[in-house]
Amino acid sequence: MNALTLAGLSGAALIGMGLYGFITNAHLLRKIVAFNVIGGGVFLLFGAVAHRGAASGMSADPVPQALVITGIVVAFSATALAVALLLRYFKETGTPFLSDNCETSGSRSDVERS
Amino acid sequence: MTLLTDAFTIVCVSGGLFFFLAGAVGLVRFPDTLARLHALTKADNLGLGLIVLGLLPQSDGVLSATKLLLVWAVAQLGGATLSQMVARVAKDKTSKS
Amino acid sequence: MNVPFGFDASLAVLTLAVAGYAIAVRESFAAVIAFISYGLLLALVWVRLSAVDVALTEGAIGGGVTGALLISAAAKVGNGVADVSRPLGRVGKFFIAFLCAVITIGIAVAFLSLPESAPTLAPLAAEHLPSTGLGNPVTAVLLSYRAIDTLLESVVLVFAVVGVWTFASDHHWGGAPESPGRDRPEEPLVFLGQILPPLGILIGVHLVWTGATEPGGAFQGGTILAAAWILTMVAGLTKPPSIGGRWLRFALVGGPALFLGIGVAGFVIAKAFLAYPEGYAKAFILVIEAGVTVSIAVALGLLALGPPGRRLP
Repeated sequence: MNALTLAGLSGAALIGMGLYGFITNAHLLRKIVAFNVIGGGVFLLFGAVAHRGAASGMSADPVPQALVITGIVVAFSATALAVALLLRYFKETGTPFLSDNCETSGSRSDVERS
Repeated sequence: MTLLTDAFTIVCVSGGLFFFLAGAVGLVRFPDTLARLHALTKADNLGLGLIVLGLLPQSDGVLSATKLLLVWAVAQLGGATLSQMVARVAKDKTSKS
Repeated sequence: MNVPFGFDASLAVLTLAVAGYAIAVRESFAAVIAFISYGLLLALVWVRLSAVDVALTEGAIGGGVTGALLISAAAKVGNGVADVSRPLGRVGKFFIAFLCAVITIGIAVAFLSLPESAPTLAPLAAEHLPSTGLGNPVTAVLLSYRAIDTLLESVVLVFAVVGVWTFASDHHWGGAPESPGRDRPEEPLVFLGQILPPLGILIGVHLVWTGATEPGGAFQGGTILAAAWILTMVAGLTKPPSIGGRWLRFALVGGPALFLGIGVAGFVIAKAFLAYPEGYAKAFILVIEAGVTVSIAVALGLLALGPPGRRLP
C-alpha cells in the first residue's frame, strides 16, 4: 500500500462521507459544504487514478491534472451560484431549511411583494 | 558541512514543532478566547519562525530563501491583524454579558 | 519507505477526520472553518501526488475563495431554528449511512481492481512539449492541447456571474453589491488592506508568468489577484463596482472574447480552430493567458461579492 492507493481510498471515503452529510443535513449551507466535500473526494480519486499512468518517466500525468484544475474552477462557480440561491431563499422565507409544508407563514405574500 | 546544516535544520524544526504542539494544547485547554489567542501567537511567531529558520540552509539559493522569509512575514502580518480583530470582538462580547 | 508512508497515512487520516467534523458538527460556522482546513489539507495531499499545479489551485480556489464565500454566507444565514424541518429518525440515518458505506466500498473496490498497465497520454504530451515552447506540461495541456476546454471554462465563469446577478431584485439591477466589509473597518484591517494587495498583485502576475515553465498558470494567478481585490473591499478601501459599469463588463468578457478571437483566427493563420502558427505558439499562449487572467480575477471577485443589492437602512 503506497501513497497512491491511500489517496484513492481516501477519495472514496470522502465521497461516502460527503454524500451522507448531503442527505442527512437539513440546513442548506451544510448541504453546500457537504457537496464540496464530495467534489474534493472525486478530484482526489481522479488524481490517484491519473498518477498510476505516470509510466513515461514524468512524475505525474499532466492531462488529468489539467482536467482536475478545470473541475475545481467549475465547482467553485457552481458553489457561488448555490450560495446566491441560498441567500435569496433565506431573504424570501427567513429560514435556511427547506420547508416540507406549503403553509410556512407569510412566504407567499413576501414573494409577491418584492 | 552538510552534517552541520542537517543538524541545525533538525534542531530548529524540532523546536518549531514543540511550539506548534504547545499552541495546539493551549488552543484546546485554555478557558477563554483571549488566552487561546495568546497560545496561538506563540505557534505563529516562534513555531513558524523556527521552522523557516531551520529550512533556510536547505534552500537552493538566495531567491528561494527570500521566498521562505516572505512566507513567514506574510503569516505574521495576517496573524497579527486577525488576533487584534478577534480580541476586540471577544472583549466586546465579554463586556456586554 | 516507512517514514513517507507514515506521513501519508497520518495526512489521510487527518483529512478524513476534518471532513467528518465539517459534516457532523452542529454550528454552520464551525463547519465552514473545518471545510477551509479540509481544502488546505487536500492541497498538501496533492503535493504528495506530485501535482503541484492542482495543489496551488485547490489551496487558492477550493480552500481560499470558496471559504471566503461560505464564511460570509454563514454570517448572514446563521444556524436557523432546528425544529422547522422534519428531522430523519435514527433508523433513517442508519440506513443512509449504510448505503453511503456501500457506495464507498464499491468505489474502493473499483479503484483497487483497475488493470495494472494504465492507458496514458503522458508520453504523447511530453513528446510534443518543445513545439509549444513551454516547460510546464500542465500549462501545455491547458492552453495548447486542450485549449478548447479552457476556453469553455472561461465562458462558464461568465455564465456563473450572470447567473448570480439574476438573483437581484428588479429595482436593484445595475446597482452595486453590498460591501463585504463593515461600515467602519478597524484600523489593523485597513493596514493589512494597504500592505497585502500590492504584494498579492506581484505574486499573482509572477504566478501567471512563471506558469510557462514551472507550476503556476492563469487560474492560480487570477485567483490571487481576485483575493487582493476582495481584501481591498473588505478593508473598505474600494467600493464594490456597480454591475452596469462598462469597464467591468468589458474586463469580464474580454478574456474569453480574446481567446475565441485567437481561436477563430487560427482558421486563417494555421488551418484549424485554436491552432497556433509554428514558432509563435508561446507568444500566443502568453497573450491568451494575460487576457484570461484578468477575466478570471474579475469573475471570481464578482462571484464572491454576490448579486447587487443595498443593505436596508
